[in-house]
Amino acid sequence: MGLLSPSVSITRYRVEGKLEDPVIETVTRGLKKYTLREIDKDEAEKTSGWTSFNNPFKPDFDGSSFLIGNYFVFSLRIDKKSIPSKIIQKYYALETSKKLAESNREFLSRNEKKLIKEHVINVLSLRIPATPNIYDLVWNYEKNYLWFFSNLKTANEEIETLFSKSFKLTLIRLFPYTMADLTCSLSDADRDVLSKISPSEFTR
Amino acid sequence: MLDISVAYNRYKFLGDEFLTWLWFSMEKDRDRLTTPDKEPFSIEIGNRIVLENRISEAVESITIKGDDAGLEEGFLSLKKGAVVTELNLIYKVGNQEWKFNIKGESLCFSGLKHPDTGVVESGDQVDGLVIEKLFLFEKVADIVDGLFKIFIDLRLTDKWRTDVIPAIDRWIQSGLKN
Repeated sequence: MGLLSPSVSITRYRVEGKLEDPVIETVTRGLKKYTLREIDKDEAEKTSGWTSFNNPFKPDFDGSSFLIGNYFVFSLRIDKKSIPSKIIQKYYALETSKKLAESNREFLSRNEKKLIKEHVINVLSLRIPATPNIYDLVWNYEKNYLWFFSNLKTANEEIETLFSKSFKLTLIRLFPYTMADLTCSLSDADRDVLSKISPSEFTR
Repeated sequence: MLDISVAYNRYKFLGDEFLTWLWFSMEKDRDRLTTPDKEPFSIEIGNRIVLENRISEAVESITIKGDDAGLEEGFLSLKKGAVVTELNLIYKVGNQEWKFNIKGESLCFSGLKHPDTGVVESGDQVDGLVIEKLFLFEKVADIVDGLFKIFIDLRLTDKWRTDVIPAIDRWIQSGLKN
């Protein structure tokens, strides 16, 4: 569910580090370098990359098109091909029979079976289009925060890695400990107490 | 700072304690729930509470759902040592209303619904809608951050042990009697 959905999920991040000036050009460069590459016509089973918020199936980052007010708004797209296991089984059985007939044998080695399975998956991957999943994000560069519109573990891990590669900045996920440490204006003494606290028991 | 994944797992309890304290404060210590700008607001439990008891070896989980659900099971669970791990909250300022779920371990938002926004009639109005929605999301983030800060300021002092925990204990006992 994206930013414009009537009901959203949000994971919040602190952005650590500074971008090289001019900032907008640096962001554009990072987005272009890691723009999503279509895999419908190749054997890859999965891909991920940046795409445009307004046009996720035709990414274009020219002309600061990702800038809305003070925010950078763009999307992470993860495309994955899911081949139903029964289809793999069917073509694997057909290929195995063909190979046995050609070689006039009754059994195939474990390695041959493995190679046939890989071949079947590769051939099917060329025929099955990837399913796109789009996750919007909003980055307030001036205030060093980023909101990612998903709580899915895999999508969060993907954005943390891709963001770091694209912009050479670190995303720190905000959860109870990091919120206390980074957003609650703690003193050194408070931090010391925080590092030593253990769970409370509310009832005797 | 600690390694992030270590910190996440080691301090999961902090978010659960925050939600437990928040439920208590909404019922018994409402005056403490303020915002820095002193803007009047209300916050209350919506239609879902999840509690978990991780003190015993097996994790016991209780989910209370429904708009007018009774909370007796929740108090019983708290009495047995459970904490709140997820809450559905309704936040109101004036005639504007937000609804959202928040999980203790991550403090992430899900199912977040905000007050009505303007209607978009053409593509070039989308940017305005994005800014309006972000403003509305920020209101929720601000209130949660503000309440979490109040909790942390208490949690890191002796007052937590001497005043807050006994008060929460009394609240749990009184909840069981009602």
